[in-house]
Amino acid sequence: MQIEPLKQKCEQLFRDFYTEFRGIHIDQLERKWITISMVVIGLFVGIITIDAFFHGVNPPSKVETIDSASLHLSKEFAEDNLGVQVDDKDNVTVRMVAGRYSFFPKHITVPAETPITLRWVSMDVLHGVHIPMTNMSTMIVPGYVAEITTTFPKPGEYPVLCNEYCGLGHNHMWSNISVIAKEDWEAPEKSSAKGGSNHE
Amino acid sequence: MNEETRKLALSHLWVAFIAFIVACFMGEYQVLERSGFIPALDSASVYFASVSTHGVLMAFVLTTFFIMGFGYTIATASLKQPVWNMPLAWGGFWLALTGVVLAAIPLLTGKASVLYTFYPPIVAHAAFYIGATLLVAGSWVWCVIMLVMFMQWKKANAGQPVPLAMFATTMNALLWLWTSAGVALEVLFQLIPLSLGWIDTIDPGLARTLFAWTLHPIVYFWLIPAYTAFYVFVPKQAGGFLFSDEMARLAFIVLAVFALPIGFHHLYMDPEQAKGWKLLHGIGTFVVALPTLVTGFTVIASLEIAGRLRGGKGLFGWIGSLPWTNTMVLSVILSLLMLIFGGFGGIVNASYAMNAMIHNTAWVPGHFHLIFAGTTVIMYFAIAYYLWPMLVKKPLFSSPMALVQLWTWFIGMSILTTPWHVLGLLGQPRRISSVVYNNLLTLAWKPYEFMMIFGGLILLGSACLFIYNLAKTQLNPAEVAYNQQIEFAEPVHAVESLPEWLNDIKLWNKVIAVLMAISFGYPILQFFFMDTSGSSPWGF
Repeated sequence: MQIEPLKQKCEQLFRDFYTEFRGIHIDQLERKWITISMVVIGLFVGIITIDAFFHGVNPPSKVETIDSASLHLSKEFAEDNLGVQVDDKDNVTVRMVAGRYSFFPKHITVPAETPITLRWVSMDVLHGVHIPMTNMSTMIVPGYVAEITTTFPKPGEYPVLCNEYCGLGHNHMWSNISVIAKEDWEAPEKSSAKGGSNHE
Repeated sequence: MNEETRKLALSHLWVAFIAFIVACFMGEYQVLERSGFIPALDSASVYFASVSTHGVLMAFVLTTFFIMGFGYTIATASLKQPVWNMPLAWGGFWLALTGVVLAAIPLLTGKASVLYTFYPPIVAHAAFYIGATLLVAGSWVWCVIMLVMFMQWKKANAGQPVPLAMFATTMNALLWLWTSAGVALEVLFQLIPLSLGWIDTIDPGLARTLFAWTLHPIVYFWLIPAYTAFYVFVPKQAGGFLFSDEMARLAFIVLAVFALPIGFHHLYMDPEQAKGWKLLHGIGTFVVALPTLVTGFTVIASLEIAGRLRGGKGLFGWIGSLPWTNTMVLSVILSLLMLIFGGFGGIVNASYAMNAMIHNTAWVPGHFHLIFAGTTVIMYFAIAYYLWPMLVKKPLFSSPMALVQLWTWFIGMSILTTPWHVLGLLGQPRRISSVVYNNLLTLAWKPYEFMMIFGGLILLGSACLFIYNLAKTQLNPAEVAYNQQIEFAEPVHAVESLPEWLNDIKLWNKVIAVLMAISFGYPILQFFFMDTSGSSPWGF
């Protein structure tokens, strides 16, 4: 394939486009406004991008699949493994199952000011979950594990609410989480279950 | 416009506005039911059937039929040509209307309470999906007619700038063809086969990705008629000139091109797409704010020209001298006010990880009611008030009533959406029919839910005035000859010639194809490479 003529053609196209673009009438004031708009937009995009790349501020986006129809047979989300667990390195992981119409286990206790990894799966339809006044929010799509790491700054009793329409009983889909002071918190017994990087 | 075109446009607009008024009654019922103040109303099954119908009527029926009727009017008036292939246009109308009726049966009987955004693996009655498909197919007929009329005119008037109104309408037709492809794929290959039992499972991740393809640009499909009125009607009605014709075209181009590859801001909180793709779509979302900022500038500058021509002096004096009693001018002022607040909320939603604060909370319906039911629909009113006398050949029944209607719509929408936003910040989920959480937090929600009932009531009254005014105009027995024609705004600098890319859609169609391949190619293909497990269908 000949690159040179193609390159020339592209350059010519861009040059024509640029000349034509300069040729259209744009008022001075409007030019200024567009510049200001672009600077503002650039600033917003810049902050978001820097936060994403350097501070790890991202929405929950771990693309991990699971068979929602057989969670009870999966190692990770079998009933005994649900709830709060602490591994050898003292990482706190919470495994939760969403199903019409509750989150299981129905009540958990976690420490404040501690990074907590929550892993949510659905056993039936689409759900979503958020804990008001915190930034714990994720969709729970059947077939996928929704993983989110967050820190609860303030101790208190929080509701855990389903925020995606999942059927006529959707209003009733909620559970509780107690966030208690870090020093008062006692880790549950260490468990052998591991946060699966893939389903088995 | 000949008799037949007027009949065609009126038929479309009446379907749109009948859907609208029915949905307004449902909306008021919903705020009442949701507040829990009247225990007798409490019923999740009626509520969710109502929410599903309200959503379909407002978002699909009102918009699609309005845009089709508006498009036929704009095409014939701006190109000075009759509608190409009138029988086909009627065919599109009847096809779409059949679809609406077919979808309405399961919706109203509670067999399609899946909300207008579908949410598989919950499955509705197949008639709902088939009806929605026919509605979209009917709108594709409209797209084809718009594209053909555009191309025929260009052929007959080589080298001449296409009238701005038609350029915008054609861009919208192109946008809609691309936009609707996503949901069409979801419905045809996933939802209809699943609802008929032809397939056993579907992947909700893929379904959500395809729906996200449609979900953002569809709002620009609804918005473009409002922007078209901003550019081609408002300056003239205000007594001035359009500030810039070229910038208007550029704004429509950027809107149509960048509205498409950015749908993942609806999936920020979803587990089935990776963060890089979300960030890419997030950046695109900010880019599409640009044409709106340009539009704000051009429209306000055009209004300032008009205000000064009318004798307004000083930095802000021109605002007072605008014709505030002209329905089009009043509408654009109120519309822009709502756009400023709604746009601000939109930037919060678009801000990637920050979306976690408001995702699926009451903030979101608060936001889209402000920007769609506020900014956009108030311009639908303005367009209807402007076109109605020309379509029915009779003067508007009552202009003061129209002004009262526009003001009450604005006030009602403010009272409805402000507490709605606050509820979201207080953590209330959207899409709940009652509050049963046994938590102190819910006490803080009560006063805001109470305010929303009043907002809804004002809106309902306003909507009734609107329909009454249009009906009385049409039913007026007076034989007053009314021969006014549609007047399009003149730009300050007349455009004699334009570069082809500002006067045609072919290049932009290719650009859209490339951008869509980049931003949706891998994210869709990944579902065929990944080891996924399908979901079986569920009732609701």
